[in-house]
Order: sequence, then structure tokens, then C-alpha cells
Amino acid sequence: MVGIIGYGTQIPRYRIKVKEIAKVWGADAEALSKGLNLYEKSVPAPDEDTATLSVGAAKNALARSGIDPKLIGAVYVGSESHPYAVKPTGTIVSEALGICPHVHTADLEFACKAGTEGMFIALHLVKTGVMECALAIGADTSQGAPGDALEYSASAGAAAFLMGTKNIVAELVDTQCYMTDTPDFWRRENAHYPEHGGRFTGKPAYQKHVFGAVEAILEKTGMKPKDFDYLIFHQPNGKFPVQAAKQLGFTEAQYRYGLLTPTLGNTYSGSSPMGLAATLDEAGPDQLILLVSYGSGAGSDAFVFRTTKHLLTNRDLAPRVRKQLNEHLQYLEYGEYAKFRGKILKPE
Amino acid sequence: MKEIAVIGIGITKFGELWEKSLRDIAVESAINCLEDAGIDRIDSINIGCMSSGLFVGQEHLASLIADYLGRLDIPSSRIESACASGSLAVRSACMEIATGVSDYALAIGVEKMTDVSMGGATYALATAADQDYEAFHGITFPGLYAMLARAHMERYGTTREQLAQVSVKNHYNGSMNPNAQFPFKITQDTVLNSTMIADPLRLMDCSPVTDGAAAVLLTTVEQAKKLKKHPLVVITGFGSATDSIALSHRKELTELQAVKTSAAKALKMAGKTIDDIDFAEVHDCFTIAEILVLESMGIIGKGKGGPATVDGYTALDGKFPVNPSGGLKSKGHPVGATGVAQIFELVNQLRGNSEKRQIPGVKAGLAQNMGGSGGSSVCHILELK
Amino acid sequence: MNVPRHWRETPERYRMEAAKCRKCGKISFPARLICPECKNKVFDKINLSGKGKLLTYTIIRTAPEGFVDIAPYAVGIVEMKEGVRVMGQITDCDLLSLKTGDKLISRFRRINEEGKTGLIMYAYKFVPDVGI
Repeated sequence: MVGIIGYGTQIPRYRIKVKEIAKVWGADAEALSKGLNLYEKSVPAPDEDTATLSVGAAKNALARSGIDPKLIGAVYVGSESHPYAVKPTGTIVSEALGICPHVHTADLEFACKAGTEGMFIALHLVKTGVMECALAIGADTSQGAPGDALEYSASAGAAAFLMGTKNIVAELVDTQCYMTDTPDFWRRENAHYPEHGGRFTGKPAYQKHVFGAVEAILEKTGMKPKDFDYLIFHQPNGKFPVQAAKQLGFTEAQYRYGLLTPTLGNTYSGSSPMGLAATLDEAGPDQLILLVSYGSGAGSDAFVFRTTKHLLTNRDLAPRVRKQLNEHLQYLEYGEYAKFRGKILKPE
Repeated sequence: MKEIAVIGIGITKFGELWEKSLRDIAVESAINCLEDAGIDRIDSINIGCMSSGLFVGQEHLASLIADYLGRLDIPSSRIESACASGSLAVRSACMEIATGVSDYALAIGVEKMTDVSMGGATYALATAADQDYEAFHGITFPGLYAMLARAHMERYGTTREQLAQVSVKNHYNGSMNPNAQFPFKITQDTVLNSTMIADPLRLMDCSPVTDGAAAVLLTTVEQAKKLKKHPLVVITGFGSATDSIALSHRKELTELQAVKTSAAKALKMAGKTIDDIDFAEVHDCFTIAEILVLESMGIIGKGKGGPATVDGYTALDGKFPVNPSGGLKSKGHPVGATGVAQIFELVNQLRGNSEKRQIPGVKAGLAQNMGGSGGSSVCHILELK
Repeated sequence: MNVPRHWRETPERYRMEAAKCRKCGKISFPARLICPECKNKVFDKINLSGKGKLLTYTIIRTAPEGFVDIAPYAVGIVEMKEGVRVMGQITDCDLLSLKTGDKLISRFRRINEEGKTGLIMYAYKFVPDVGI
């Protein structure tokens, strides 16, 4: 048996409201918010990046699992905003957590799917018996170009999952992937901001791959939408995952715990993993969870987890997602936000 | 051990000396010193300088200063202990005389600070803190003393107004010092309305960035008695001590242990108690520093430094005048020169040559010079014989 | 070039590794070769919990090079649960409501960088310990 033995998240304290951004660009904030089900987003402090958020999330995962960091055989950090273009984030994280040196690390990148990529690899490495525990982190401090639609949603956060075989809180039932080469969103080497296909990111991209993965895993497991207690889809905004869930026959009761984007924004690689963490915060034992990520480019990883009784004893050992999301917030004006995110030109 | 006398003193103008280089001011102070002594003999050169490497990119001052003084045949050395470098150079010269190695030992303190940007100066000064565990985290010297100030304010109820009065008093004294960088009076409001630098310290709580040099010539009392040019001023005690470089490693945040120990050593050597001392020049790099120093040396009781300043206890006409020169705040703080400049002031006062700021009838004075946030301290006791 | 200098301090900066004197139990952070308390030279490595309380602090408004963009920021001395005192920045807080005695917890953060293309230096900072 393999599954999640600890999970944790980290969300920056800073927020900016959609209407604050809209004000700068003369956009219709109300229409934007209603249309995308998006009201505010997290903003990383100037001293936060994918490595620091990853360490924060992983410390919470370690606290929940109670294991010795030295037992961790692999650390995978999935992100599209690694602090260095060349130089691993995984070594920074492993060193900070006291896991080095007997560890395998890799930095993964697959737009918003890099977090579940790490989870997929970590789960299967532990399953094969190569190692006792493996850590997978999805983290991002993504940037949308000023004035672009993505600026309203691109946010920051990290979720970490520790995979193992003992004291499992959510057992892995099955996985299924769905990949095609679909250029709906990308960032070229040396480009500061990504480019995207506008409405092309919808039906042929997000919808096709999420639907493809869901349909495939339902067929593989013989399960139906109503068999799941909880559902988490990748959430680039608050609209896509809700629309997809309804079209596929899921209900609000299934996705409500995992839907964070309306006040968190899109944490990219952290997005659906963070939704899973928020769901584990609320789930009872012996419940079924369906997690489906989406990464532009494009692909989806689907996972089915079944919670165990250990979840109830383990989850109060670290802060819950909604607590991090809703408490001790500091709201920024656009000028401060622009400074925090390095959007202001200064002499070198 | 031979008794030590100060027979010559010299100083440059303190301030932004755009037209003068480090070697220019060092040599100028030495020339003034030798002229004051009325003799032209040096057996050793002891140079106090904190950071010529960072301020002007020049190390090896031993050779540079000896060369430009035209004394290539004698021992020359540079001594460094951050802002206490100057008084350690004096201490080194004292050792030369006391041991009989030199008959005439010159101590020069020098710092040329304005050849770098303000950021460069802040960086150079911060090297007196623990680089890896203090400066690394973005602390500055005003910041370190601000932390001490907060601790003192919270423990003893010291007020912002009391701190400001240190600066007001020192500027009053400095307004009568022609060598001072800022020879003008200020009010309490000037301090309280000045720019916040590191809460709770404001710009006018802080000593400035200064170019300047000072020099003293020492010999044995036996030799000095033959000269008769000036009243005889004798160094009867000196003491030096250190404390942890990192402020976080101090056992106490409301007392400076190195100051306490160095003063006690100097007094013991002079065979005196603090009550026998008439006045002092102390290291007021920040207003809180003067209060901490006075309390640590036992001149004022613990926590009483603020009220005593307001009451005029340390004023020029007070019971125990402190920093008649204007202190580091008004006179300026060319870091390596400060310790020597303090000795300059003490000698001038004891000789009765301080003109408008002369304290009448003084016989014994104490100089206290500090390195870093209190990581080192050096004291000298000077007496009129 | 700060690379070797920063890299050397990795255990201390990344995970607050300290040295506990095997003879008198005094904890030194950073590690020392001689115990300041009993002069013993044998130590055990321990990791500080990261929890502590604020002893004194300041708010830096005139910042040194490398810190100008984040000013104003708080720096304080934190007494760790283990008794040892550590200086560090206090962040994620309302600067004007900081108080001595505040409970703080360490976080792994960026401290500085060697320009936009150089080394990023990570280490501990402190944040209010509010359970998030």
C-alpha cells in the first residue's frame, strides 16, 4: 500500500484584489470577477520564491508525517518559476529540510501540472520499493504580463506531499494520464512573461485534457462521478473547474473544499495540489478523492485517493489551507504589488 | 615601567575635506602635533585607522604614512579595532614609551570617509559588526544602537526627548570648537523632527561621516619635564577590553561590558576612582551610546543617564562635563581618528587652552573610545601634573 | 564573490544548525570551536526549533547596499526557545505593531542576491508565530 503520509502548504501573506488591478488597466472589475469567479490573489513577498514556499510547505508536510527527514529518498519540485534557470531548486529545498546528501532530486516543469508530475513520480517510486519515502512539491510565484488577463490570476503558493507506505493518510487507488502536444500557453527561454492562446486555452486545451483524464480513469477504475466524495480539478480561474465538474456530472458538494482560486488565484504548479490539501483538511476517513491536474502544453494527471483514519490524527499537526488563505492578510495597492514583483524599471 | 607624558597634539579640521587625501590629513595632523611639541623627533609611528582599504582602497598605511612623514627609518604600524582604532594606537604608543623601546612615540588616528558613496560608507562601517551573522541580515550601525536604545527605553523608561538632549548638549559644546564638522547649536525639536534612520534613532541622533586626523606625541615624564613648553599632561592609566562582536551574544543589552571593564582597568592603573575624574570625552557615535557609556563606567547610575543629561549633569558647566569637544555628534567622527581626537581634547582642556569651551580648573580627564556596537573599548586617564 | 562564503554557512543559514557543548550544555549559534562558557572543545550538532521571542528590534529605514528595495524592514534579536540569541529580520508583520516579547518563528527566506543574475542567498528570517 502506498499513499500520502503527510501534506502541507504555504501561502504568502500578501493579497491584491482583482478590482485593484482592473483599476490600473481600465478593465471592468465586476464583469471580470463574476465571469472568472476570481476576486483576489496571493502575492509573494519580495523575499519569497518557489524555493522558500516549497520549504515552508514541506516543513508542514514533515510535521504532519512526523518522520525523520533522512528517510526521504527523493525530492521533486514542480514549478514554472524556479528561482534559477540553471541550478536546481530541489537541492536548496533538500538542504533546508536536512535531507541531503543521500537523496535524488529533480526540478520539474510542465506549466501548471509540474506539481502533480512530482506526485506521480514520487508515488510510483515508493510503490516500486526503490525508497521508503519521497517528497513531491508543487510551487510557483508566477507572473502574468501587466494588463494581460493572466495578471488577475497568476499568484503564489506551494503544496507538498510526502509519499510513503506507513501511517498513510490517503491511499493511492489509481492514476491515469492524458497528454497531447497542444500549444495553448508557453514561455520561451529568456522571456519574462508567458504568452497564451486566449480562448484557445479553453476547449481544445483545458477541457479536452481534463475530460480525457477523467473519462479514462473512470473507465479504468470502473467508478462513476457519484462514487467520489471529493473532486479537485486544476483551477486557473474559478470558472473552468466548476464548468468542467458540472459537465462531467459532479456536484458542488464534491468540489467546494478544493476550490481555492476565487480568493487565492492560480498558484500554477501548486493549484490542484493545494486543492487536494484543502480537501484533506476537511475529509473524513475512508472517503474517495479524485484529483485531476492540468498543465498547458498540454496534459492532465488523474489520481484517485482513499483517505484513512490516520488523516484525523495527523492533520492538526500543521496549519490548514483555509487558515493560511484567510488569516493575517495584508492587502497591496498596485504600486506596492508592482514593486514586489519587480515590474518597476530601476537603473542597474 | 616608565611614566608617559603627552608633549604634542595636532588635529585637522573635521568634515568633508574634498581637496585632501588620506595621506594629506594624516601628515597634516602629525605636522601640527610636532609643531605643538616643539621638537622634531619620532622613534615610532602608531597609526589608528579602521578601514582605509574600503574607504580609499589603500592598506599598508605603515609605509604610506612613514613615507610621507619623511621617516623611512623607524618602526611604523597600523592598529585596527574598528572605531576604537585611534585610542588603541595611543595605547600602542604608550607601550613604546612605558617599555623604553621608544623615547618619542607618535600616534596618528586617521580616516578618509567621503571618497565613497553613502552606501559604500555604510557598508564599510558595518564591517565592524559580525559580517556573517549581523551585517548579512541587513543590519546597520544605527540599527544596532537603535536596538540598544529600545532595550534601554523599555527597561528604564528613557525617553526620546532625553536622547535628543545628548545631541543638543554636544552640539552646544561643538559650536565653540573651530575644528568641528557641525559647529552649530541645535534644539530638541531639530532632533525629534529629523529623518528616522533606524527606529527609534533619527538622523540627529547619529554621528556623521567625516574626514579627519589627529595626532599625539608621547615621551617619558622624565623627558617631558625638561621641555617646559606646555603644562605637563601625563597618561596615568589606560585600559582596554572586548566583548562579543555580535550584539545578540551579549548577556546584557542595557550595559556595555567592554566599556565597564576598560574604564575600571584604566582607573585602577591610575590609582583613581571615577569620582576623582573631572570630565570625560566619550564615544557618542549615537545619542544612546553616550548614555550607555556613562552608566557602564559608573559616572551615572543605571537608567539615570537620560534624566541626568536633561538636568545638565553632563553639560559644560555641569558637575561632570561630558564631550566638551562636541563629541562625535558635532565634532564629527572620522572613525580611526576619533580616539586620538579625544586625547587631543583632554590635553587641551588640561592645559587650559580650550578657549570658549574651557572647563575651569580640570585636573583629571577620561577618554573612552568604542569599537563596533561595544565589541571593544579603550579608556585613557590623563592628568595635569 | 560571495559564493564560497555563503555556501560555507549553509547548515546555519538554511536550517539553524547550532553546536551544543558536550560538557556544559551551552548552545552556540553559530557553532564555535571553543565553548564560551566552559572552554570545552567537543560539541554535538543540534537544529534550533526556530521558535523564540523578540528581545529588541529596530526598523531599518536607511538600508545598506543590497537591502534598499525592501526597506523599511525590521531587524531584531530573538531569544530562541533553546536559550540562544539570534539576530535576524522580522517579516510578514505590521512593522508598527511589533513589540518586544512577541512570539516569533523562523522562516526560510531570501536575504540578498548578487545582483539580478548572481547568487541568491537564502537564510532564516522570523515571522509572528500565529499558527499559519
